[in-house]
Amino acid sequence: MVCQECGKEEANIFIAKIINGKKMEIHLCERCAREKEEFDITFEPQFTLHNFFGGLLQENVRSSGEQVRAAKIQCPKCALTFAQFCQIGRLGCSSCFAAFGAKLQPLLKRIHGSARHIGKAPRRSQEAILVKRDLERLKEEMQQAVLKEEFEEAAKIRDRIRALEKDLEQGGKRT
Amino acid sequence: MKQELFVQSRWMDGNGPEADTVISSRVRVARNIEGIPFPYLASDEQTAAVQEQVARTVADSEDHFSQFCYQRIAEMSRQEKQVLVEKHLISPFLSREAHNGAVLLRRDEAVSILINEEDHLRIQAILPGLQLEEAWQEANLYDDLLEQSINYAFDECYGYLTACPTNVGTGLRASVMLHLPALIMTNKINRLLGALSQVGLAVRGLYGEGTEIIGNLVQVSNQITLGLPEEEILRNLYGITRQIIEQEQQARQALLNSSRIRVADRSWRALGLLHYARIMSSQEAMQLLSDVRLGYDLGIITGLDRKLLNELLVIIRPACLQLLAGKVLSVEERNLERPLQIRNKLSRFKEAV
Repeated sequence: MVCQECGKEEANIFIAKIINGKKMEIHLCERCAREKEEFDITFEPQFTLHNFFGGLLQENVRSSGEQVRAAKIQCPKCALTFAQFCQIGRLGCSSCFAAFGAKLQPLLKRIHGSARHIGKAPRRSQEAILVKRDLERLKEEMQQAVLKEEFEEAAKIRDRIRALEKDLEQGGKRT
Repeated sequence: MKQELFVQSRWMDGNGPEADTVISSRVRVARNIEGIPFPYLASDEQTAAVQEQVARTVADSEDHFSQFCYQRIAEMSRQEKQVLVEKHLISPFLSREAHNGAVLLRRDEAVSILINEEDHLRIQAILPGLQLEEAWQEANLYDDLLEQSINYAFDECYGYLTACPTNVGTGLRASVMLHLPALIMTNKINRLLGALSQVGLAVRGLYGEGTEIIGNLVQVSNQITLGLPEEEILRNLYGITRQIIEQEQQARQALLNSSRIRVADRSWRALGLLHYARIMSSQEAMQLLSDVRLGYDLGIITGLDRKLLNELLVIIRPACLQLLAGKVLSVEERNLERPLQIRNKLSRFKEAV
């Protein structure tokens, strides 16, 4: 095969790249490959990180039936399938995390040794998290009040719950 | 507004702590906007919307962004983009992003915000010497500013959501660029590098993933982004970096004790070649610059400074050379231009022989 860059020399270097999920193959002669390397700096190695994800993920799936089912899981927002994710090594949007949740957890554990974030959070989300925690606590209190037949108290708590739920819908800000 | 391309980057000052082994410290955080697919899946309209959101935020907090200039990747020449890559201000990935890629660059070139890279936003700070904490504070400041009006994709359990699972959580990647000539010369480097991977750190060449170690420059960065708070990620890298520095200093001392004259000879020869050679590849130049730097750090060569050595590290790269020459150059032509530009820089210094 002839080098795709100069069209003259025999191509003896073969590069496979995955760009935007599409596999690209480039055949170059040694000279052009060297030149490309010097200029582009990012002469991509033939083994990149995302190629490994496929392997990592497959190990988590026991039977082939389960594997087929897992591959078909699709993100409702961006339509990326789990099979595509395994191939590309990239998630499509923030909703993919919920869509692939159970399948993603073991992968994150393997990469990071943990699947739970404990660092910085955007202020907006921090507030939403606090509101959610308040909601859980209030619902518990309401149950208790009902059990004790303190209906007046339960109604008061219910109103607070409704107000908080409304806040949460409006982006987590307390009014 | 366009940034002048040969403005100094702050990291080149060469005046940070531990500057004799640590060239620069870099911290970046990856962020995405809720409701928009990650750049590689997003439509042109959606990536344009990312640009708009950033532009609006910048306009809203004008005080904080007055020192920034905004450049669309599509409007830059190949050389201009490559120069920013060679100065470590944008990623090679972004330089290829012709659709709606953009960069917000602070004038001192210590902070750059990459737009529509692998993630919608990558906020990066790069400082001279060992200043991981300071670099984090810079990046964190702009992260706080952007989050005031941008609704980040964030999950209570997974943290900041990113396109690649290796960045999820804090989205934080911290790295140090180390000059380790003595560890490499004495063949101690491989053992060290093996140990680093066991403590969750990655080692790369000068220009990141997939690049080889040239000029005795090694980039060490954290691998883990999830399950540890930012401070701990930084503390781990800082602690390990200190140990590497310690080992490098010991190796340098051992070299001096056992073969001072050989080290001196090597450094002076390298400087001689940089002064008088007429054809030079970038690989050779990088090695010579490393030898000279070691001589300077050991007090063998005086009359130079680290800023000069850092500048040389950048101007010998292909795109910078072509920009300085004002024309496109082939590999052979660059090998002729390179010694010319090096001489030009060195002529302003007089080393005490």
